[in-house]
Amino acid sequence: MTPTPIVRFRNVTKRYGDTSAVDRMNFDVYPGEFLTLLGPSGCGKTTILRLIAGLDEADVGDIFIDGKRVNGLPPNRRDVNTVFQNYALFPHMSVAENVGFGLKMKGLPPSTITSRVGAALSMVKLDELARRRVRALSGGQQQRVAVARAIVNEPLVLLLDEPFSALDYKLRKQMQLELKRLHRRLGITFLFVTHDQNEAISMSDRIIVMNDGRIEQIGTPRQIYESPDNMFVAEFVGEINTLDGVVTAAEQTTLTARVEDAEFPMTNRRGFQPGQRVKVLLRPEDLFVSQLQDEAPGPHLTGTVEDQIYKGTTVDVFIRLASGTTVCATQFFNEDAEDISYRVNESVHVTWIRGWEVVLPDD
Amino acid sequence: MTDRSPFKTAVVAVVAFWILVFVLLPNLLVLAASVLARDEVRFIRPGFTLAHYRALMSTEILGIFVRSIAYAAGTTAICLAMGYPFAFLLARSSARKLLLMLVVIPFWTSSLVRTYALIIVLKANGLINTLLLETGLIQQPLPLLYSNTAVFIGLVYTLLPFMILPLYAAMEKFDPALMEAGYDLGASRLQVLRHILLPVTLPGIIAGATMVFLPALGLFYVPDLLGGARSMLLGNLIKNQFLAARNWPLGAAASMTLTLLMGLLLWAYFVSVRRYGDPREALTR
Ligand SMILES: Nc1ncnc2c1ncn2[C@@H]1O[C@H](COP(=O)(O)OP(=O)(O)OP(=O)(O)O)[C@@H](O)[C@H]1O
Ligand SMILES: [Mg+2]
Repeated sequence: MTPTPIVRFRNVTKRYGDTSAVDRMNFDVYPGEFLTLLGPSGCGKTTILRLIAGLDEADVGDIFIDGKRVNGLPPNRRDVNTVFQNYALFPHMSVAENVGFGLKMKGLPPSTITSRVGAALSMVKLDELARRRVRALSGGQQQRVAVARAIVNEPLVLLLDEPFSALDYKLRKQMQLELKRLHRRLGITFLFVTHDQNEAISMSDRIIVMNDGRIEQIGTPRQIYESPDNMFVAEFVGEINTLDGVVTAAEQTTLTARVEDAEFPMTNRRGFQPGQRVKVLLRPEDLFVSQLQDEAPGPHLTGTVEDQIYKGTTVDVFIRLASGTTVCATQFFNEDAEDISYRVNESVHVTWIRGWEVVLPDD
Repeated sequence: MTDRSPFKTAVVAVVAFWILVFVLLPNLLVLAASVLARDEVRFIRPGFTLAHYRALMSTEILGIFVRSIAYAAGTTAICLAMGYPFAFLLARSSARKLLLMLVVIPFWTSSLVRTYALIIVLKANGLINTLLLETGLIQQPLPLLYSNTAVFIGLVYTLLPFMILPLYAAMEKFDPALMEAGYDLGASRLQVLRHILLPVTLPGIIAGATMVFLPALGLFYVPDLLGGARSMLLGNLIKNQFLAARNWPLGAAASMTLTLLMGLLLWAYFVSVRRYGDPREALTR
């Protein structure tokens, strides 16, 4: 039995003029989970957070928080808090005053506010800066203040709108770890927004991939990455090679498809029928490259090496297949293959482990 | 840092000369006049005295000071109450440029001329009374002109743009996301106004208040033209001492006191701007 959702969208639509920023959306957020909204710029991620926070009202549909329908309920009466995309810290207040603002509005006694603000600040490691003005903080510090200002209120759901987009790569990695730790420690439901697929995959319990105000797929990072439901998800989440194929034979759970003149056995997850055109999707790290003099590895593609890019722990090999399509294969250094360099124009075999491919209808 | 280009030197020299000749020197002359003796014929006569400053302490003149400050404060309050919501909406309006234009257009006409125009609007058979009589809202014309009300109307009308413009500048810089953050953190509309909008736009409020309050103390022609016999304000007092009573030293003393008062207010303004507007303040906690 699934737990009762803490946030529930039922057929929610939000329009701005002619465009639907959110289009007939249905999804549930479960208590305590780290759920990420992932999608390209302008796909409606911020709008969803604003609808939950009450800063915008849905045109159609119902939004529930903790089982109660909240349509029309003003933001100050919703038990959620937001970390805004640009932080929106109060410039005229100190760090501690910013963090204590929500508690003060609730009318809590000053002593309670002081101790809870102190606890929240130490959770984000800002104890020493409590009396600073927020304008005198670095980007990373401001980001922590924004997080502390929200979590100090112990909301049912914490809404985070691209909280790391303004930070440099290293700080970003560090803040991701810290936020993840904070999530585990607080047990609050996090609804996190990003357009960075690496960030989404490394942090989330579940991901909602969005495009153009609609949901493309909901699933765990693993499901999203390894079994994308459609081409959009496959291409948006990480690098992927796309090959054209035709189903030549199909059983209940297996099929055979011809790709580039070779017949490959594949897993049939979508009831494909013989004769159907399909797209065969393969992650670069799932492709194995072998030299011609090596033993031919069963069904395989043949091509010539076009280029290779050294990446430190891996090498990306670009291989041009007979049809003219170029695929990228990521090869790992290991004891067996310390030397994995290929000559340009060298002919190679490319193959993969059966079942690692994703087969989607070609339409 | 010190760029000694001839152009810069020239510009600085012109400004310095201007301030010296047209600001500092006249003020020094007024200061001198205020501590010299009165002369019926030549207006002033050598001989140091503080008698004129003591004369300012008379109940009549003190009354004028108090009333002037009250009028200026009232005008400032009315301008703020009207200008603040207007500036807030103005900064968010799509017709911003047009509305801002409408605020600025009165500056194209001399405010003295516009004060005369107000007489036509306010007098017994003027625009307002005619309108109200025609529509049957009143039976007798309202005694608008030559009253304290008329003085307030005149002062507010003349000075409102000076309140709106700095407020607009502050509102335009104000990030509306701050209000949303306030609501999100559980604040009501009133709390957002009190704890976020007002404090963040305070430099604009102070600037606007200064730009209304100080001129309101000295605008002599508005009470002259629109007010009744008892509407004398500080500006009128000074003007009368120089032109009618021919008591230059007393006028000068009143003028110096007014300048001092304005100086104090300006100082308070700069202190408050430093307190609320300067980011460096933050580093010294
Ligand atoms: N106030 C508004 N008025 C008009 N259109 C808006 C408004 N807010 C958002 N939109 C439109 O709604 C769509 C979704 O916007 P939203 O801000 O939710 O995108 P997003 O996914 O958060 O993008 P980003 O990653 O760039 O922040 C966009 O097409 C945007 O132009
Ligand atoms: Mg956004």
